[in-house]
Amino acid sequence: MLVLARRLNESIMIGDDIELVVIEIKGDQVKLGIKAPRSVVVHRKEVYEEIRKENEAALQSRVDDSKLKNIAGFLKKDRKKGEDQ
Amino acid sequence: MTQPYGEMEIAENQIFQFSDGIFGFEYVTRFAVLDGDEDSPFKWLQAVGEPLAFVILQPEYFLDSYDLKVPQSDLESIEAANPDSLLVFTIVTIPENPEDMTANLQGPVILNPASGKGIQAISLNDAHTVKHRIIDGIAAESPGR
Repeated sequence: MLVLARRLNESIMIGDDIELVVIEIKGDQVKLGIKAPRSVVVHRKEVYEEIRKENEAALQSRVDDSKLKNIAGFLKKDRKKGEDQ
Repeated sequence: MTQPYGEMEIAENQIFQFSDGIFGFEYVTRFAVLDGDEDSPFKWLQAVGEPLAFVILQPEYFLDSYDLKVPQSDLESIEAANPDSLLVFTIVTIPENPEDMTANLQGPVILNPASGKGIQAISLNDAHTVKHRIIDGIAAESPGR
C-alpha cells in the first residue's frame, strides 16, 4: 500500500481526474473531499459490508408462499384496496 | 432446485444475468424471478442451479415514492438505455415476527427486461438503509392512523 502524509487542504491525485482533498481533521475523524468524474463510483467501504450482511440475513427468512400471502396483508396497496371497498 | 418449490423448470427467457452476482454471493450470476402467490406482491429472486432464493418486493408496495439514485455505471452495466423500463425490487428480510420485516433500500435489485441483465446496485440516497422497517413506513405515511 502506498502511504502518503497530507495536511489540511492538501490533496492527492489518483490518475488524471480523481482528486482527494483533506477538508477537515477533527480528533480521530478526517473529512475527505473527492473530485471525480460521474462515472467513478465512490462508497464508504462499510456499505458493501452492510449489504453483504443483509443479503445473508435475508436468506434466513423462513417463509413460503402461503405465509407471504398472509404477510402481504400488512402492505399498503392491499390496505388501500380494503379502504376503497 | 429452487428454494420455495423444489425441482422446477426455469425458461431461459426468465433468467437474468448478474455479471457481478450479488453482494456476498458473487459466484451466482444467473437469477430468475419467480412470481409467488398470485394474491401476493412478494416474489422470489431464485439463483439458477443453487438452492438460494431471496424474497423480493417492489418498493411502491410500502413507500409513496422510491427515488432510485444509483451510479450511472451500474445502469450501464445492465444496458439500461431507458430507466423507465427497469424493474426495481428490494430484498426483504422476514424475521420470526413478520411485523418486524425490513427491506434493503440501500442495495436495490435492478432488472432490465430488455437486455436480460440485472444488478444489485448501491443506492446513492443517504436516507436508504439496509434495514428499512416496512410496516413502520406504512403507518407513518398513512394519514389518520
